[in-house]
Amino acid sequence: MSVQPTAADVGRVPGGPPVDEAGTSQTLSGYMRLWWQGVRAGELGSLPIIVGLVVIVITFTLLTDNFFSERNFTNLILQMAAVATMAIGIVFVLLVAEIDLSVAFVSAVGAVVMTLLLRPGDPGWPWWAAIAVALLCTTTIGFLHAIVITKAGVPSFVVTLAGFLIWSGVVLILTTQYSTAGTIRIQDPTVIGIANDFLSPLWGWILGVAVVAAFALVQLRTSLTRRARKLAAKPLVLVALQTLGLAVVTFAAIWYLNEDRGVPKIAVILGLFLAFWSFVAARTRFGRHVYAVGGSTEAARRAGINVDRVRIAVFMISGFMAGVGGIMLASRLRSVATNTGGGNLLLLVIAAAVIGGTSLFGGTGRVIAALLGALVIASIQNGMDLMGLASGTKFVITGLVLLGAVLVDAFSKRRRAARGGV
Amino acid sequence: MAADPPLLECRNVSKAFGAVQALYKVDFEVRAGEVMALVGDNGAGKSTLIKGIAGIYPFDEGEVFVGGDYVDIHGPRDAARLGIEVVYQDLALADNLDIVANMFLGRERTRGTVMLDEPNMERAARETLDSLSVTTVKSVRQTVAGLSGGQRQSVAVAKAVMWNSRVVILDEPTAALGVVQTRQVLNLVRRLAEHDLGVAIISHNLHDIFEVADRITVLRLGQRVALFEREKTTQQEVVHAITAGTLDQVPGMETADAAGASGTAEA
Repeated sequence: MSVQPTAADVGRVPGGPPVDEAGTSQTLSGYMRLWWQGVRAGELGSLPIIVGLVVIVITFTLLTDNFFSERNFTNLILQMAAVATMAIGIVFVLLVAEIDLSVAFVSAVGAVVMTLLLRPGDPGWPWWAAIAVALLCTTTIGFLHAIVITKAGVPSFVVTLAGFLIWSGVVLILTTQYSTAGTIRIQDPTVIGIANDFLSPLWGWILGVAVVAAFALVQLRTSLTRRARKLAAKPLVLVALQTLGLAVVTFAAIWYLNEDRGVPKIAVILGLFLAFWSFVAARTRFGRHVYAVGGSTEAARRAGINVDRVRIAVFMISGFMAGVGGIMLASRLRSVATNTGGGNLLLLVIAAAVIGGTSLFGGTGRVIAALLGALVIASIQNGMDLMGLASGTKFVITGLVLLGAVLVDAFSKRRRAARGGV
Repeated sequence: MAADPPLLECRNVSKAFGAVQALYKVDFEVRAGEVMALVGDNGAGKSTLIKGIAGIYPFDEGEVFVGGDYVDIHGPRDAARLGIEVVYQDLALADNLDIVANMFLGRERTRGTVMLDEPNMERAARETLDSLSVTTVKSVRQTVAGLSGGQRQSVAVAKAVMWNSRVVILDEPTAALGVVQTRQVLNLVRRLAEHDLGVAIISHNLHDIFEVADRITVLRLGQRVALFEREKTTQQEVVHAITAGTLDQVPGMETADAAGASGTAEA
């Protein structure tokens, strides 16, 4: 076996550690060198977006008085949670090289269904039943879209565009039928608490410690298992450094949030979904098949993967996560109205997934992209709001950021292609 | 000599697509430990034959035996279960996945019910590549996108032999490769035979065929016109069979030319 690592050694399945058989990656410096070679070869991962986030934060901190403040930090999380949640579903759809343009209004359908079922005495369902039925509805909608897409062979772009119109109409019909004002208020305290409650400082700290400990345990176990099986493993120094880094960031964030109102409940919910779907994408057979279908449908089909079933599942995930996001938004506004799901919600959600690093060409991207992209968009919007910029300017700038992210994707793809076939 | 039955044997298989008789009463066999080349001009029926064996579509008539037993192949799954693996020309690898993921695609090993057992799969992938002496692949965790044509071919072949397969059919494995990579792949083909697998290789390149094959089946217009042993033939002879081998039955004509050289080498 050769000892010289090449850039290609860093290429890997999402979530998998960059390793090479020669053991160069066993040391920290070897590991870093492999990583850097990968970056130069176009395996950018989350690097551009993290750099982008830092630039955004510095820019707005300099330009405005209160961008970098406890209160605004909390607001930022409240603003982006629903978009990030819905973008998780879009990441899955993009991974199989499809698109779902209906998410915003599907999320609104979920929110309206839940709100109607919650109305006191009419029928006055408990919160959990109303939420369950709402999510069942949005998941079913995703399923219906997928059936048309897979069985009739109509492009997802067209089917979900039709869905966009249909479900916006349904939202309008339902909200105007049950309320003359076009607005239906939510009174259930649990549902309102989703986006408006905060953990006590103590629970915030317990949560933070649990997150860091869980990360360290998983990483350590993976590394030790691989070592025991004589496979190249992440150096323990790196595991320690990463854990330390995560601990610093997490504890700083919790301390900062506790200075204001505490860790928002909605952040915990988002975190749970991110962890769950990351696990599904990177560590399960289904997740592997999603990437395979996006990378090469033909290869997946020949490998005996039921391609249609994967695509149907992905649209159901999109519908489900849209429902969750819709409930979050409704909870934040404490109501649903005729314009729920409208505005630029759809664009923000798709932009979040793409800016976060999910490729529109399918097959590349991670679930965490949803969070990173939503953070970028929310920070830009929040910062521009604080600067008092006009709506038009805000649209232009958000659009430019989206364009920049897509260009980074296109260039890094070209770079990877140039490296391949040598 | 032929004590054991051939690993794979087709007897009198035919296949028609509408009015076109793609295969007509073809015999084909692959023994354990041998490389059987399948040659013929475009439209001779090579692909039809291997697709029939692979279960992509059924033969109209004729029988297929695997290890001496009559088998019914109704789909690619059946063929795989019988230990027949086909490496198609386009390889069907997912560029965005690494080598391990590609080799196990659709047959991933899991710990518990859902969680992928990566260390297990990585070990097995590495071992398979090592057993085939594929030394050009440095890391089994690199994505297929970054591999050269020869490396891709090696991965596709390794993927095929991973599943206790007995017969590996390679469709034009060297068609798109340079000199060095062709050499690597041909070595790999020989190694498969040394592992006592039956190997069938389709190629247009007679030079390659004379390097790796033990026997050569020549198809012409859907019929087998010759079966050569490499050591007892020449390239000229094979070329002659490909272009002008005697047919049992001329397509579209009722009267068959009875003086056939079918099944044996002429001269």
